[in-house]
Amino acid sequence: MAEVIKTGTYICKGCDLGHRLDTDQLENIATGEGGAVLAKQHDFLCSQVGVEMIREDIDKGEINRLVIAACSRRAKTEAFRFDDIAMTRVNLREGVIWIRPETDEAKETTQEMANDYVRMGCTEVKFMHTPDPSHEQTLNKHILVVGGGYTGMTSALESSKAGYLVTIVEKSDSLGGTAGKLHKKVPTHSPYRDPEDTGVTELTALIAADPNITVHLQSKITNTEGAPGRFTVSISAESGNTINETFGSIIQASGFTAYDANQLTEFAYTDNADVITQLELEALAKEASGGAIKRPSDGKEVERVIFVQCAGQRSQKEGHLSYCSGFCCNTSIKQAMYFKDSNPDIYTNVIYTDLRTPGAGGEDFYRSGQDKGITFTKGTVNTIANNNGNLSVNYKDIILDEDSTLDVDLVVLATGMIANSGVNIDAVKEDEDADSTEVAVPVESILNLQYRQGPDMPQLVNGFVDSHFICFPYETRRTGIYAAGPVRRPMDTKQAADDATGAAMKAIQAVENAGKGRAAHPRSGDLSFPSFRKEGCTQCKRCTVECPFGAINEDEKGYPQYNESRCRRCGTCMGACPVRVISFENYSIDTVGQQIKAVEIPEESEEKPRILVLACENDAYPALDMAALNRVEYSPYVRVVPVRCLGSMNTIFITDALNSGYDGVVMMGCKKGVDYQCHFVKGSEMAHYRLSKVADTLQTLNLEEERVAVHEVAITDIKRAPQLIDDMAKTIEEIGLSPFKF
Amino acid sequence: MSDLNTQLVEKYRNNFLQEVKDNVEEGDWVKMCMQCGVCSGSCPMGPYWDHPPQEIFMMIRANKREEVLSSNSMWMCTSCYNCIARCPRELPITHIMHGLAHYAKRLGLAPKNQPTIKFSQLFWDNLMKKGRVNELKLGLSLYFMNGFAEGVKKAWKMKDIGLGMTLTRRLNPLEILGGHGVKDQTGFQNMIKKAQELEAARIESSVKK
Repeated sequence: MAEVIKTGTYICKGCDLGHRLDTDQLENIATGEGGAVLAKQHDFLCSQVGVEMIREDIDKGEINRLVIAACSRRAKTEAFRFDDIAMTRVNLREGVIWIRPETDEAKETTQEMANDYVRMGCTEVKFMHTPDPSHEQTLNKHILVVGGGYTGMTSALESSKAGYLVTIVEKSDSLGGTAGKLHKKVPTHSPYRDPEDTGVTELTALIAADPNITVHLQSKITNTEGAPGRFTVSISAESGNTINETFGSIIQASGFTAYDANQLTEFAYTDNADVITQLELEALAKEASGGAIKRPSDGKEVERVIFVQCAGQRSQKEGHLSYCSGFCCNTSIKQAMYFKDSNPDIYTNVIYTDLRTPGAGGEDFYRSGQDKGITFTKGTVNTIANNNGNLSVNYKDIILDEDSTLDVDLVVLATGMIANSGVNIDAVKEDEDADSTEVAVPVESILNLQYRQGPDMPQLVNGFVDSHFICFPYETRRTGIYAAGPVRRPMDTKQAADDATGAAMKAIQAVENAGKGRAAHPRSGDLSFPSFRKEGCTQCKRCTVECPFGAINEDEKGYPQYNESRCRRCGTCMGACPVRVISFENYSIDTVGQQIKAVEIPEESEEKPRILVLACENDAYPALDMAALNRVEYSPYVRVVPVRCLGSMNTIFITDALNSGYDGVVMMGCKKGVDYQCHFVKGSEMAHYRLSKVADTLQTLNLEEERVAVHEVAITDIKRAPQLIDDMAKTIEEIGLSPFKF
Repeated sequence: MSDLNTQLVEKYRNNFLQEVKDNVEEGDWVKMCMQCGVCSGSCPMGPYWDHPPQEIFMMIRANKREEVLSSNSMWMCTSCYNCIARCPRELPITHIMHGLAHYAKRLGLAPKNQPTIKFSQLFWDNLMKKGRVNELKLGLSLYFMNGFAEGVKKAWKMKDIGLGMTLTRRLNPLEILGGHGVKDQTGFQNMIKKAQELEAARIESSVKK
């Protein structure tokens, strides 16, 4: 591109900037070293007049690169929104004057800070281009719902109501899933006293009457490829027919499988017909339909029944589930009511260790159960034995601290949920490495994704599909494919319905964003996308492996193949690339690297160190902004560069920085691990991994290891983030300045 | 074991919770306990009695009739109302404790040598004589509750307080000669008698029901 770069720098004098800083000096730097064709000062840049001034210069073609030197890039985003030009923001307010004291001694270093930030902004913008979508995108308002259970049906109806076409693929011969097998459900409305109708019949009828919804029963997905906006999916029916259709996005509502109670030998499930699971009791209750429930062994009407909570759950024993399935306490209360409502004289006892009744009405429902005369015993069941046709339940009463035995007709085990999340793609990898002799149970893939990283969605813990529990629950690590219902975490129908609605909304967003070539969460609306210089690529495949979202496939020759609408624009690929050929239009090795080099490094004799901070724009950078808002002071020797994700950090940045005379480098990313807070899931983890190898580089440079630090910083670390910077300043004071100052 | 007790055991075989519900003041609330233990943690007498309220409620559900009714627990309650104020399920725990105590006493199952029970009986007997509490006699009977020698010792120990109270006219020594009472003595005795008849009838009907 032989385009002439015409940078315009606009310096704001409002918010005390004009008073605290020498803005004329900043203007000179912009037009001098910064190479700007014009630099203007304004008393109130974010006012209509200020913004119009900038707009006019852009429209007249005076400038094609824009630098706004004012407040943080997180402030005044609406006023300073110029989508048609490559622009950057220089943070003079939160980044400089708010974190420095207004004293005569501090004046010099404060001005130096501002000068450097203007240099950095003017340099960065030279390497930026206006983002332009690839035009590969298509608007496809058709959503695929995998699974026709309660979650799937709700998603389908919600999407249809919003005006989207929906196709449901269900492997069994009817809609309804597990909810369809229930007699009644836990109440969802005040006064939360009695079990209520499941509503599955109504949902099924609504689906049948909805012209926007197509249902494929007894069908499976045998192939999925493409990206949001253009997923090509093969739906194969049991009869052998396969149809191929294109979808805009996918909702995976594949539900759960009940835990196999045969593994619970202490409860004699296998040997006793009268020891049943909650799901089996639902079938008995459905049969009785409000009348007396009869036990399976001899058809005797049940007079005494015990519910055993946490059967094979919340236990570290081999073969047990370590987690709580969340729905079973409420379910046992509901099922005890099946008995109590038909005959209040039936003895019902729920043996629990911790009774948990989630949901708005949970506590009321528990109270209603007690009111109806259900006994609740805090204890753990030791054994269940057959005693002349009856069952002897031996349990330990935790409150009275003694063992007791109760004779009953029926025992109901509250067993847990196991997610139907398909193939565990990470386990497959581990198995290959470990060369294990154990024969793994073959798991059928649900989506059969033709992605480089495996046929199903990545899991986090306990086999549930990875999604951030608090911050972005419906997001998964496969853009445009959303998990909803018990495949994401254990839940009941009420929660599943909420989940389904949320996932439907995300699926709609994905469709619309894909149609416009815009990124999905968390950089929603970003039009830039990664590209690579093919002649430089060594086909090392690191980008394709490390992409947290499986956005990159490989072509026949082993070159990366980007799927723009799958990409979340985190830049993890950019950080991964050893030859640094991957870049975005407005974010690249150059935009970051050149900023680092633009900082003026003072002579060693001046005794002014320089510390580079690479801060994640999602958490660490806002934390620093908020610290500034609270006027928390930190070292004036620091230069902060916001990055999209710490995962986009290439080790070259650190080597370059240290080579050019920086005394220390601090990197701030989000929390990693199982309880991660990284918006790009794996970015922070990748960065930590890569930086664990940076010690070698430091050794070859003959530098102290302490000069480079990586921290996990949360958005709430308002006091800690500035402290970490000051800590580095102190460390440098102790170990002395870098010898690399020229 | 009293006759009434035998009848009740017969009637509520294996369902003590129901027996408590039918016969104990506020007993219907017992089933609503969720075993959080806040009452036990809040009780200032907690360390001194056999079973804290949470355990008593659990024992009722576990059919431990004898153990509950013969325990000293509910007699240790000082009616401070901490448990009621803190119970998240809003159980009237203090009232249930007194209800249980009353029920145990009626059935003759309450522990024999429990001081609170003895004192309660002294108080009741004292009150029933004239319809008013004779504090001097009540105090003295409390001193001599456990025998003559101990009574003299205790009275001697308390003599200064007694003297001080007399001087400040908080205690009238002449009360020893009989003391004051309600105006209508016959009316009072008739009223109590009627109340006792009503109560007896209620229990009888409850046993038969």
